[in-house]
Amino acid sequence: MTVTDPRNPTVPPSSRPSLAVWKFASCDGCQLTLLDCEDELLAVADQLDVAFFLEASSASVAGPYDVSLVEGSITTEEDRARIQEVRAQSKTLITIGACATAGGIQALRNTSDVSEFLRIVYATPSYISTLETSTPIADHVSVDFELRGCPIDRQQLLEVIGAYLVGRTPNTPGHSVCVECKQQGNPCVLVAHGTPCLGPATQAGCGALCPSYLRGCYGCFGPAETPNPHSLGATLLEAGLPPDELQRLFHTYNAWAEPFRGAVQVPTPTHRRPATQQENTR
Amino acid sequence: MGGSTLTPATLIVERDGLDALIGELRAQHRTVLGPLVRDGVITHGEVTGIDDLPIGWTEQQSGGTYRLQPTGTDEIFAFSTPSESWKRYVHPPRALMLRARREGPAITVETPRPEPEPVAFFGVRSCDLAALGILDRVLLDPEATDPNYAVRRSDIFIVAAGCSTPAATCFCASMQTGPSPTSGFDLSIAELKGSEPLSYLIAAGTERGAEVLGLLPGRSATAADHEHATAVHDQAVAAMHRTLDAADPPRAAAAPEHPQWNDIAERCLACGNCTMVCPTCFCSSVEDTTSLDGNHTDRTRVWDSCFGLDFTHMHGGPTRTSIASRYRHWLLHKLVTWQDQFDSSGCVGCGRCITWCPVGIDLTAEIPKLARAATEVAP
Repeated sequence: MTVTDPRNPTVPPSSRPSLAVWKFASCDGCQLTLLDCEDELLAVADQLDVAFFLEASSASVAGPYDVSLVEGSITTEEDRARIQEVRAQSKTLITIGACATAGGIQALRNTSDVSEFLRIVYATPSYISTLETSTPIADHVSVDFELRGCPIDRQQLLEVIGAYLVGRTPNTPGHSVCVECKQQGNPCVLVAHGTPCLGPATQAGCGALCPSYLRGCYGCFGPAETPNPHSLGATLLEAGLPPDELQRLFHTYNAWAEPFRGAVQVPTPTHRRPATQQENTR
Repeated sequence: MGGSTLTPATLIVERDGLDALIGELRAQHRTVLGPLVRDGVITHGEVTGIDDLPIGWTEQQSGGTYRLQPTGTDEIFAFSTPSESWKRYVHPPRALMLRARREGPAITVETPRPEPEPVAFFGVRSCDLAALGILDRVLLDPEATDPNYAVRRSDIFIVAAGCSTPAATCFCASMQTGPSPTSGFDLSIAELKGSEPLSYLIAAGTERGAEVLGLLPGRSATAADHEHATAVHDQAVAAMHRTLDAADPPRAAAAPEHPQWNDIAERCLACGNCTMVCPTCFCSSVEDTTSLDGNHTDRTRVWDSCFGLDFTHMHGGPTRTSIASRYRHWLLHKLVTWQDQFDSSGCVGCGRCITWCPVGIDLTAEIPKLARAATEVAP
């Protein structure tokens, strides 16, 4: 069947949307996923003017930008102000990865005593200026789309960019990893091997990567649309998983994502006291 | 075929006869798919001879648990239901429905179809045979035939295998779908458990089955062989303790306010595993993907689950937002409204939804609770 396209398919370079990629508190793995697109990278550059992407090029074009990809969480006063500026300069703002969408692994601080961490880790804690919490971008500015993952999935990133370009909703299902895992034909590592797995509570998108290698899901993509972490947690405990390991399982990359946050009882730190001068300088 | 006698109708073979059977099917250029051990489960995959089959393996299944176990015997069919049904082959998880290409001002649209491929399903359990029959009724409905399914289903040589060792999760006898196949196969194997040497009674169900049977090394079956097969069947029936009253679907329990739905929802993970492993759950969604330059579009049919929110997403959002409403929808469709739509239950009693539910929700245990409490609350 052949029909005539009513649109003019030729896109003049000047009308290409501009792209900016921003980094907040993160490991760079998610923006690296964009560079990792290798085969599709030229196609991306054909459709978008890469205006600001420090990991790829130090040549930057001033804003405003049509679309911003934002990686990382908000952990400092400076970043709290900077994200407002990024939002003001971006027509469409897409957050990428567990840090930007849930606060990341650094959100473990949210249930602990940050000054204690500073005292243990840094020789001179007074050099460190940080907020008490690590929070997702959506806690600070309005976000147009959140892409999950630690790191994000390359194909899903291309899907989101492709969907943005033609103005449709991206296919990023909110159902569990189990649906993808069964589509792949994997045996269930939880049922068949007794391996602790967060798949039933975790959003799909990775292609069931870990279970495909017979490992349990670590929950990198955060909570599925309507997870039941309490029931899954109870089952894992019944199967013999020690409570501290259950807590560790839920509280990694997406520890601050609401349904995972409350999935297990977080013990209150018992040593909440300010570090002494002597301890600070040792 | 009409009126001709199936000759020979039955045959007794030993292991070499089964090996010859797989060899003969392969000689017919068929890809033979059968049970095998992989990654700690008995599943389906390509088999090239009997050595690929799960010789000496069985499994223990219960709600939320599956464990492979050695039998210490040479039995080939001492397991019950493989982890996967045959759905993957006749109704694959992803199928390309449409491909559109734009070149200049022209848009070309193709509707690709799979090439018919001669296949043999080896060792099909009776419950799974019944499930194929149900999928046929749904997807080969003359008024709404699924063209992909029709092609994949068009040339499958089916070798069924009676079940001697049902799992604790099985209830095919109660659903009248097993444990021994009665129709819908080209050949059907009964392992004569305990025979010396270990023998197999093979019966032909079609003319082409009988032709293959005539090529195998073996001897004719005696009355004693048939009695042996009946005894194995009777033992399998006696070993099944779960039941589901197929004749009396729980219409009374359909009330959404029934408290048992919330009790289930507290345990249910809404993960969709039950629908994925169900041999008759056929629901899928359709996904359009576009290339970055907007010149290519693929429309793909993907397995979907009624436990996902997107399943009922329409203008204004999803309609079944609570887990209770989604479990209720699945169970009542499977057991009740399936009968209205397709004149049968959607359940064949394979028990996979019990085993592969990570929290072990058991529909055979929930149905009596739903029925009982509904009676109690009735005026």
